[in-house]
Amino acid sequence: MSGALVEAPPAADARAQGVPAREAEPATRVRGYWGNVWQRLRYDYATLFFLFVILLIVASAVFAPLLSPFDPNKASMAHRLKPLFYHDNILGTDEQGRDILSRILYGGRTSLLMGIVPVVAATFVGGLFGVVAGYAGGRLNTIIMRSMDVFFAFPSVLLAVAISGSLGGGMVNQLITLTVVLTPPLCRVAETSASQIRSMDFVDAARASGASTVSILLHHVLVNVVSPVLVYASTLVSASILLASGLSFLGLGVSPPTPDWGLMLSTLREAIYVRPIVCAMPGVAILLTSIAFNLVSDGLRQAMDVKA
Amino acid sequence: MGAMAPRPLVEVRDLQVSFVSREATVSAVNGVSFTVMPGEVLCIIGESGSGKTVTMRSLLRLHPPRRTVIRGHMRVGDHDILALSERAMNQVRGAVISMVFQEPMTALDPVYTIGDQIAETVIRHEGGSRRAAMARALELLNLVKVPSPERRLRAYPHELSGGLRQRAMIALALSCRPSLLLADEPTTALDATVQIQVLIMLRRLQEEFGMGVIFVTHDLGVAAQIADKVAVMYAGRIIEYGSVADVLLRPAHPYTLGLLSSTVHGQTRDAEIEAIPGSPPDLRALPPGCSFAPRCRFAVPPCTAAFPPTALAGLDHAASCLQIEAVRGAVPAHADA
Repeated sequence: MSGALVEAPPAADARAQGVPAREAEPATRVRGYWGNVWQRLRYDYATLFFLFVILLIVASAVFAPLLSPFDPNKASMAHRLKPLFYHDNILGTDEQGRDILSRILYGGRTSLLMGIVPVVAATFVGGLFGVVAGYAGGRLNTIIMRSMDVFFAFPSVLLAVAISGSLGGGMVNQLITLTVVLTPPLCRVAETSASQIRSMDFVDAARASGASTVSILLHHVLVNVVSPVLVYASTLVSASILLASGLSFLGLGVSPPTPDWGLMLSTLREAIYVRPIVCAMPGVAILLTSIAFNLVSDGLRQAMDVKA
Repeated sequence: MGAMAPRPLVEVRDLQVSFVSREATVSAVNGVSFTVMPGEVLCIIGESGSGKTVTMRSLLRLHPPRRTVIRGHMRVGDHDILALSERAMNQVRGAVISMVFQEPMTALDPVYTIGDQIAETVIRHEGGSRRAAMARALELLNLVKVPSPERRLRAYPHELSGGLRQRAMIALALSCRPSLLLADEPTTALDATVQIQVLIMLRRLQEEFGMGVIFVTHDLGVAAQIADKVAVMYAGRIIEYGSVADVLLRPAHPYTLGLLSSTVHGQTRDAEIEAIPGSPPDLRALPPGCSFAPRCRFAVPPCTAAFPPTALAGLDHAASCLQIEAVRGAVPAHADA
């Protein structure tokens, strides 16, 4: 009975057989590509849960001034390195007696910025170069992809340190550094799928029905490249946060009084034998955020696969 | 009365196509000439690599221009294919000439619905609103006998079976009433039962629309079903041309004879199926003379000296062979299959 529903033989009118309307509906209603993606995502509870976690993290960063019990920059010599649940300092205090919870909430602003802005920028730049290289092929492809290979030759952390070191610290420079580091892998993903799609029959079929190169690029190549690139980009968000934390940890990111997860880890590491759990708190924030982004991107990949 | 012969829809003269790469030049088509009258179905038969698909794609100029050298003359309707600008060519593609691809699985874009894809072509060539184009798409799906077309209009390619997908592909190709339809093994990827339905439908639509059709296949049974004329290709040349009955029942070229005796149809039961010995020539370095000579059991020394001239084997039946009489003698006199 339910097996017959999936194939829906043309002779058998589903409604005439008294099939519940809800099951017959999806095949008949008009749904765009994104509609289909949402339809699949709706029943993926794990992804939805972590999507919720991400929203919580974003909200806590946005509303940090309202949520923070203390001023994140207010030091107190008397209350240095206190344990968890010390009076009102739920997560304890750091080496200058500042409230860890408040600093984590404010630090989320920097870290999320570092996670999202470079990825979005790199998706545009890398995606553009990748699609052009993949579709054009030949010499242009060689020029673009070999230039990207130059960046691939360095381990990403080393590359980030090198660029950051020559540009100097500060938030804007850190964003630029991360964008440069993330562009080559995104470019490669876009290039791979664009060159695959270029050789598909439907591109020839579109040309055979009179489509111009621009229209083929926009309507057939780009649309098919978008989903692998977006999925890959979403996995890079957590990598970008980690990389930014690493840079801050090394002192190449935002400058000290600004709260930042990586920077907090860096300064707290000296107190690791005194208050190990308190010192781990910024690390927990990084871990939680990157796990949430990774799992959501996993779910997204499944939902965006049209043929599934 | 009408002493003037009607003008052919398609005229191809001495077409040569070669693909140039750094390592080698592959001569895929070496001097092909044929004509197709309006409302006529020409079947091009040949094995893989014989140049049949390349010939057809040249008619739409689908080959990558930088790596392909096309020489000769091609005319379709009033259009001189090789002289058109890219922009003018885009007007011809889909509207005057359209094409059905072999793999319906990959020839439809997976992220658009069937209706969207048909409407896209209609709007491109004829303008008009999306609503009108969708109505046209529905009409076309009805025409190619897609069951419950309203629903299929909104289906994605992966939601359809192979046969339905190929019907949708045909609807797409017919969307602007082309005068020439190119079909590249459109039934090869389908089951035998679906194959025959699609063939019958194509034949009916061809008569209804009065289209000329060039149908490429390697299946002689399919050719017998649909063709008016048959051209047999080997190593980038047409080696035999004639009406379907002449070529398939009274072959004049040893290669055609070999093809016919290597099929299952029309053979006595339990008889060993004959195979043509040897393998097709290397297109990067074609031997002089007849390309089939090294595999031919009728070959005589002059065969390898120069490519044999086209000789008439009957009224409107020609073959490029020096041994037509010998081949004729070897044709089994079995009852008409």
